Amino acid sequence: MTILLKLIQGIGVGALSIAVGLLFIGIGRKITARIQRRYGPPPIQNFFDIFKLLSKRSISHGFAFDLGLIAGFSALLAAVVFLPMGQINIFPHNSSLIMIIYLMTMAYLGMAMGVSSSGNPNATIGIARALTMMMGYEVPFAAVIFSVYIFSRTGSLANIVAAQSGGFLNWNLVRLPFGFVAAEIALQGMLGEKPFDMTIAPSEIASGPMVEMGGKYLGFGMLQHSIGLFIETGIMVDLFLGGASNIWIFIAKQFVLYFAALMINAIMPRFRIEEGVSFMWKFPLLLGVVQALIVVL
Amino acid sequence: MSQSQWSELVNYFRGRSMWMLHYCTGCGAIELPPVMTSRWDMERFGIIPMATPRQADILLITGYLSIKTLKRVVYTYDQMSTPKWVLGFGSCTINGGIYWDSYNVIDRLDKYIPVDIYIAGCMPRPEAIMDSFIKLREMVQKGEAKGYEKYTKNYEWYKANQDHVFGRSEPVLRKAEEVTKSA
Repeated sequence: MTILLKLIQGIGVGALSIAVGLLFIGIGRKITARIQRRYGPPPIQNFFDIFKLLSKRSISHGFAFDLGLIAGFSALLAAVVFLPMGQINIFPHNSSLIMIIYLMTMAYLGMAMGVSSSGNPNATIGIARALTMMMGYEVPFAAVIFSVYIFSRTGSLANIVAAQSGGFLNWNLVRLPFGFVAAEIALQGMLGEKPFDMTIAPSEIASGPMVEMGGKYLGFGMLQHSIGLFIETGIMVDLFLGGASNIWIFIAKQFVLYFAALMINAIMPRFRIEEGVSFMWKFPLLLGVVQALIVVL
Repeated sequence: MSQSQWSELVNYFRGRSMWMLHYCTGCGAIELPPVMTSRWDMERFGIIPMATPRQADILLITGYLSIKTLKRVVYTYDQMSTPKWVLGFGSCTINGGIYWDSYNVIDRLDKYIPVDIYIAGCMPRPEAIMDSFIKLREMVQKGEAKGYEKYTKNYEWYKANQDHVFGRSEPVLRKAEEVTKSA
């Protein structure tokens, strides 16, 4: 009976993350439009897009193509249930942080398997860039996680949140400032916002991994992106912004992080892939290592 | 919810979100940047430019098509997944425009792929393009824009027209081997 209940909760949390992610992207499109002095689409435009994409006929490129996309999508759905969001914490796992990071890598690998089996060279270039960029931002992010781990002496996100309770000054944002800056830069890379959006460079490699996706496949790609956005900002809220007492505050804090990423996105050009990785391995990694040293010593 | 209500709902959402692939070999391509960017901003109608035919719903063809480019347009159109719509932009797609008697430019796009809306003019202003988007949205939401169904139903006719014009691509001068033989 409890398993059934957990299952229903898990589905609910997945649906919530999809809805919030899509809404965030929609609001983000509106904000970017206003920065560019355009009127912009309505904030719920992404729901229209998803509905339309899922209602289109679509072309598969073989079994591995389907399997890869489903694997990526389900890995992210599996990751989101480990994320404590406000009072919702379905699986209070002992090392949920590592679990989420692992499953998010799985999502990328599943997508890599899928899109590279489509045989389009642009897709292969795009996914190669995505994996290279992942190597870039995972290293500083790992350094940050390492310092948070040692600082809080726990690997459970729920306990990390609990350790930050009691006001703004107890947040890891204040206690571990260098780590926060490093993680914020890594977050920009994770979200794929500018200047780290070389994965989906529409004018160079025809939108990269999505090049052969049409209809329902592109719809699943968009859903995957929205869950990914929810998890990535959610981890940052739990690690640095002291979690939240309820889900609404959690979503508000997530939006603050996404808003900052959008502002950087709106004014930045695009890095080349080697510039992006070398930037990630210089400044955020340096900050992360400095933070880890401060924590250890 | 009955079948017709469901298809009405689907048509409503399809009209609210149309992604466009612009095939810009003609000179009319210059009118598209103002439509996409701040001055006219087509994103407020849910229309954004896409990079590949797989992702797109609208195929916008600007200006004239030579026989070579028509071949690519037909490939592109076949790669798009249904439902899909074609906008013919400028007088070149209607009657050939200034190329009406050219030996290697097609006159009527409608003979080769089904066109849902023509935008007349040489060239049409961005307002005209926006107007055609609104018109297409209305047609899609009423379920009237059925060019892709016309294409599947009359595929033999379209295919014959395409083959006729592609088969015309013999060299105008003598063949290469004849030239070498006579030399």
